[in-house]
Amino acid sequence: MLDAAMVGAVLASVVAAASTLLIASLGELVAERAGTLNLGVEGMMIVGAAVGYATGYSSGSLLLGTLAAVLAGTALSLVFATLAIWLAANQVASGLATTILGLGLAGLIGAPFVGTRLDAAPELQVPGLTDLPLLGEALFGQNAFVYASLALLALVSWGLARTRAGLVIRAVGESHAAAHALGHPVRRIRTLAVMFGGACAGLAGAHLSLAYTPFWASDMTSGRGWIALALVVFSAWKPLWLLAGAYLFGAVSILQLHVQGFGFGIPPQLLSALPYLATVVALVLISALKRGQGAPASLGVPFVPDR
Amino acid sequence: MPLKLERQENVPLAGLVAAPFVALAVTLVVGTVMFAVMGRDPVEAFRIYFVDPLSDAYTLQELVVKAGPLLLIGIGLAFCYRANRWNIGAEGQYVAGALAGSWLALATHGTEAGPWVLPAMLVLGALGGAAYGLIPALLRVRFGASEILTSLMLVYVAQLGLDYLVRGPWRDPAGFNFPQSVSFDAVATMPLLLGEGRLHAGIVIGLIAVAAATFVLGRTLVGFSIELGGSAPRAAAFAGFHEKRVTYGVFAVSGALAGLAGIIEVAGPIGNLQPSISPGYGFTAIIAAMLGRLHPVGILVASLVLALTYIGGEAAQISLRMPFDVTRVFQGTLLFAILAADVLVRYRIRRVEGTRHA
Repeated sequence: MLDAAMVGAVLASVVAAASTLLIASLGELVAERAGTLNLGVEGMMIVGAAVGYATGYSSGSLLLGTLAAVLAGTALSLVFATLAIWLAANQVASGLATTILGLGLAGLIGAPFVGTRLDAAPELQVPGLTDLPLLGEALFGQNAFVYASLALLALVSWGLARTRAGLVIRAVGESHAAAHALGHPVRRIRTLAVMFGGACAGLAGAHLSLAYTPFWASDMTSGRGWIALALVVFSAWKPLWLLAGAYLFGAVSILQLHVQGFGFGIPPQLLSALPYLATVVALVLISALKRGQGAPASLGVPFVPDR
Repeated sequence: MPLKLERQENVPLAGLVAAPFVALAVTLVVGTVMFAVMGRDPVEAFRIYFVDPLSDAYTLQELVVKAGPLLLIGIGLAFCYRANRWNIGAEGQYVAGALAGSWLALATHGTEAGPWVLPAMLVLGALGGAAYGLIPALLRVRFGASEILTSLMLVYVAQLGLDYLVRGPWRDPAGFNFPQSVSFDAVATMPLLLGEGRLHAGIVIGLIAVAAATFVLGRTLVGFSIELGGSAPRAAAFAGFHEKRVTYGVFAVSGALAGLAGIIEVAGPIGNLQPSISPGYGFTAIIAAMLGRLHPVGILVASLVLALTYIGGEAAQISLRMPFDVTRVFQGTLLFAILAADVLVRYRIRRVEGTRHA
């Protein structure tokens, strides 16, 4: 029943599913390392999905669609940043507002496109490599978003750990007062980090609507933005651990689909609930083990100079 | 010439009261622009959305019917948010309460059960919601897990649970395979207030909650310990208030009120269990709590305002063929506006010349 071709296909779909989570959580990780908790990931992602699909469908260009999605996610993150960083409003409430607004805007933007489909982003084909058994398709048969997610992972882990910009971002997230005293423009750096998060969320949305499921549905993110937020906690704010977390959750969400296919008499709703339950379990385990270690010290605290 | 935020020592009361109205005005301006962008006549859209619903008796009743759940959930959330505990999973607690209460309605269906059924359902609904709300509280207190994320994840789980029950064990066997339960008996249904129409006794329970919460939050030591635990946790600890007890308490209260709202809605306007029993009340109530400044009376007013966005949205869907998402855009904008207005009341913006800015 389980032959190599099928296992290969399952592994390939796990990688595809994980990539959305990886892209979005990498962006949020950078925002959080700079000290801002943006609960608007779900909203920015769905706006990216809607704008990306609308642009891609209308123009016929997936590249234009992807660019538009990234811009849309960034734009919404700027609204959040204005409120949470420059007006020092409560970050939790501002993030929720971003998600609610994003869900609404995405619904309006996507409404004319309900029921349409477009051709999914093409997948890599390397003769000799893609048809390797088991891992061939997973490694060498993916679309550009998947490879972009890995490039992004390399960029973020190297950038945060090894560059001056990364050092400043971490300094601002650990102690905004000290960074401010050293002359770093705290709020501008945080804004840029949040914008990076918005761009990534938009890109993750484009992956959903232009490649993973190439159509528009108003609930197509189905909590992935929230799971990406949980993954950042799960990773203890370390980029490489996001890779493990995203692939684990990709595996859970794909396996439940396959188990549903087989039946086994398990209620499909229970299987659909697995990714959410797994998120709760993962959060509990990681919180119990680490007890807040790794969280940037200034996370969630608005910075108001000279207060 | 950079701008600087400066905290005001004495926040003027007038400003605090005016802020929500300013936010509302800003939202209406944004809405007008949105209608224009979508190619609709803004004046007409505005009338259909915000004026017409207030001008006939049927929609006025509907306004109160929709404000009811927002009011109950919003008051519960005020307990949480005052204590700086971020329960954003009220939607799940609402569903859990609806399921707990409906169990009794279905178990007594077709029997000679007396008028005790409805009150017992309400109690079960509140208990079910409270139990579901206590899960994120427990996970936070025992393991330090973020209540924001766990409470939200449990929303999806509760909705899937409801979906399973109405398609599986609780489906009406004579319902032509429609995914819904049997219609509740008369003894399991909320009494109507006006004889006809849809206005039911739920709003009375909401008003009792307003009075009770106003008293508890404003006049008792419990209310004070919640407030202090939120604004000055260290001081609260020195004063001998138990942080954990506050966490459990506020989650239990907000879960119970959300669960109560859920069972009232199912036993009232809906009349049976269906795969979807809420147009996002649990999330909209977050806005109601914020717009009402976490004060029960304020939340009452805010619930009516937000109920108007639901009803206006339904009207606009029919007569302007606009997607219902317009309502979500309004609600999101309103939350943004109230948060911004809040800051502008508490801080002064000043121009700073020549100094280094951050």
